[in-house]
Amino acid sequence: MEKKRNQTEIRYLSPVDIDKRRKEKYCRFKKMGFKYIDYKDPDFLMRFLNDQGKILPRRITGTSLKYQRKLSVAIKRCRQIALLPYVGDNLK
Amino acid sequence: MNHYETVFIMNPVLSEDQVKETVKRYTAYLKKNKAEIVSEENWGLKKLRYPIAKKKSGFYCLIEYKANGVILSEMDVEFKRDETVLRWLTVKLDKFATEYAVRRRTRLNEPKKSAE
Repeated sequence: MEKKRNQTEIRYLSPVDIDKRRKEKYCRFKKMGFKYIDYKDPDFLMRFLNDQGKILPRRITGTSLKYQRKLSVAIKRCRQIALLPYVGDNLK
Repeated sequence: MNHYETVFIMNPVLSEDQVKETVKRYTAYLKKNKAEIVSEENWGLKKLRYPIAKKKSGFYCLIEYKANGVILSEMDVEFKRDETVLRWLTVKLDKFATEYAVRRRTRLNEPKKSAE
């Protein structure tokens, strides 16, 4: 029994090279030196929404907390003046 | 005196003249209350991303001005009474926002100049 199980297991001679390093996330507002996020620019804000029109979390976009706060305010303002939808499907 | 910015959406059934008239009414109202108008932008007819009062589009207008904050509540009442205005949003601009507004204006004006 022992021997059979060993045969079915795949064995590698050298350790398999899997790239474990993920691409480093960065805050694009910090990098580009943003001071103010415009709520009148729906095309730009669209990058931070999923296709239902929900705000993407920081863990996905990599935005720093300071700018995520400003961003969410900008998106909500943009929704108020009907340049972005509150709900939607297939936005992109 | 603070820096403010107001975006408002007008009924799409209005004619061009009526739109100009309503915009004029608000700029006149601001001037009357000693506000200093920095800029005025007409975005024209735009599609709304969701219906407001069963309308699917509207005339957008943006006014930037320096004013005493006291008049804003009165202006809100003015907007509420006005049936031609579907929605409005007044935002206070901080120093970064005013910087941005200046840059945005020059950016918007430049291509026009080169075309001329």
